[in-house]
Amino acid sequence: MTEPSFYLDQLIPALNRGLVVSLLLIAPAGSCGLILGIIVGSVRAVGGPVARRLADWYAGIFRGTPLVVQLFVLYFGLPNVGLYLEPYTAAVVGFILCSGAYHSEYIRGGLLSIKRGQRLAAQALGFSSFKTMLWIMIPQAARRALPGCGNEIIYLIKYSSLAYIITCIELTGEGKIIATKYFRFTEVFLVVGLYYLLLVTLATIGLGKLEKKLYIPGFGGARR
Amino acid sequence: MSGQNGPVLRVENICKELGGKQILNRVSFSVNKGELLVLVGPSGGGKSTLLQCINFLIPPDSGRVWLDGSEIKIGKKQDLYSFRRQVGMIFQDFNLFDHLNALENVSIALRKVKKWKRDDARERAMAELARVGLADKANLYPAELSGGQKQRVSIARALAMDPKVMLLDEPTSALDPELIGEVLSVIRDLAKGGMTMVMATHQIAFSRSLADGVLFMEDGEIVEQGPIGELLSADAQTRTRAFSAKLNELYEENGS
Amino acid sequence: MNGLLAIWEALPYLLHGCLYTLIMVIGAMALGLAMGAPMAVGQVYGNRYLRASIGLYVWFFRGVPVLVLLFLFYFGLFTLLDLNLSAFKAATLVLGMSSAAYQSQIFRGAIQSLPRGQFRAASALGMSDFKAISTIVMPQALRLSIPAWSNEYSIVLKDSAVAFVLGVTEIMARTHFVASRTYEHLPLYVAAGGLYYILTWLGVKALLRLERKARIPGYHVH
Repeated sequence: MTEPSFYLDQLIPALNRGLVVSLLLIAPAGSCGLILGIIVGSVRAVGGPVARRLADWYAGIFRGTPLVVQLFVLYFGLPNVGLYLEPYTAAVVGFILCSGAYHSEYIRGGLLSIKRGQRLAAQALGFSSFKTMLWIMIPQAARRALPGCGNEIIYLIKYSSLAYIITCIELTGEGKIIATKYFRFTEVFLVVGLYYLLLVTLATIGLGKLEKKLYIPGFGGARR
Repeated sequence: MSGQNGPVLRVENICKELGGKQILNRVSFSVNKGELLVLVGPSGGGKSTLLQCINFLIPPDSGRVWLDGSEIKIGKKQDLYSFRRQVGMIFQDFNLFDHLNALENVSIALRKVKKWKRDDARERAMAELARVGLADKANLYPAELSGGQKQRVSIARALAMDPKVMLLDEPTSALDPELIGEVLSVIRDLAKGGMTMVMATHQIAFSRSLADGVLFMEDGEIVEQGPIGELLSADAQTRTRAFSAKLNELYEENGS
Repeated sequence: MNGLLAIWEALPYLLHGCLYTLIMVIGAMALGLAMGAPMAVGQVYGNRYLRASIGLYVWFFRGVPVLVLLFLFYFGLFTLLDLNLSAFKAATLVLGMSSAAYQSQIFRGAIQSLPRGQFRAASALGMSDFKAISTIVMPQALRLSIPAWSNEYSIVLKDSAVAFVLGVTEIMARTHFVASRTYEHLPLYVAAGGLYYILTWLGVKALLRLERKARIPGYHVH
């Protein structure tokens, strides 16, 4: 049941192929999702009433419904209105929209938690609204939002596996193919699980290091 | 330079209503170069609001402001920002930027608003910190500083912008008694050095020795104003004197 | 419009799927609670080996995606162990084990946020460790956990949609079935999203009511 050749010749190469696809899903989705989250979160915290309501709706919809549904709408649903997306594209778009909504929640919380006086002091020195946001508000909000946003990236690593459901063959998909072909579900999916564990653990360690690096004394969230 | 003979700061008929209450009612005054004007009066009298209306942090409902003879029109945002650069403000709660150390707090406006080079800004910031006696604390963050030190850093931050006038909103009210002295000492040096200042405060004894004029504000109006010696002299039957007597009962005499 | 008509005609069928979804979710939450609470206690009060093993469980079930867990257990381990579980039961079990890992951390955080004095006072009164934990520590910790538990509910609800890959006849599977017959994919999947949204809203509201009922006047912990 555990001939090394199976692992080395069939499983590992296939999974590595899948891993590359997974990383190609995670990297753009993670970065674009974060940027989207920063923009939406800023609008939700300090934007005008109309913009704020639209942004809140977007966040509410994408946080309140399963990612599976969102992916299905993008891949199976949009063709109804003439928009045909490749599995990879649909997956990345879905991940960006979904993680953007969650990031916006943390950014919004971070911005709202900043004392009002910080903005007043910046204005008194002659900072424009935009510069106040850029140099005073966002740097502080980012540190407050870091644990939440970091966790969301880790979630993204895990839910990238759902790309398989809309036929984008990444790590999980390759595993399913091999497992079905050789009828070795337990071994295959244990190894697949280990791949994800490795990614998640590396990301968690990286996040911890980042938090330590950005740490400022007295700034909420003392690191031990 | 225009307005050499006129007042540095002039304010006319400032009105502000907040939450149904008339916080400021046709307040007018002016300050000449090098003068220290003190605002006193009971809490809720509108002193804080007045100061924040002067640099439009709270936009007044009506009224006009002149700096060095030219009127401030806030139609264009750029004019407003440019005006604020020339007016230094010190807050009761210090409002230091929590994510920056002392040096960065003083230099950030120089770099981002006045577009100075990093090294020039750093040099100027160190000079200002030395001026308030905190050169050795340059790398500490606000959370690591005492209240008195934080307020002194905020003064250095305002001074770095070379303001024409400084507005101080009860600068020592949030400080523990033993820390008040160090801040008053810095303010005294500024006054002696010729900085034009408007200060809201409860520190009557300090004001008596340094201020040129006093405005007594109550319920949003200036009730009395004039040279401080007159209003506080022993035989003056003024509201100012009555109020300061009451304060002396509550506060210890500080800052000499 | 064909879309709305398709939704209307499929509604009873889909609502039946809501039932499957809800039972799965409630089952998973209950299993997660039954396993998670003792695990939290073990992690806070247990010895080094207990903490390490629980830590390992938590690391595994929080690090592996739900989809992979479902495949691993349903097609792999359960077959290996000759457990003939239906897809529905298997999915509920896996969701429950996964949720247990997250819930254990919620409860652990709540227990650790209580002042140490609570446990000490109980011990001083002569209570055994077990009694102290069950009568003094846990009731408070559980109350504190309700908001986070409510959040966990909405997460498990969304994860339950993944169970359709095992063939469980819940909302997603049924929507997919109707969509492939009527070709009205977009309206139907949007409707499915709406159903999940409503279920989330109802559940969170119910838990909010629970939190209010369990509230003790003046009680809050920093």
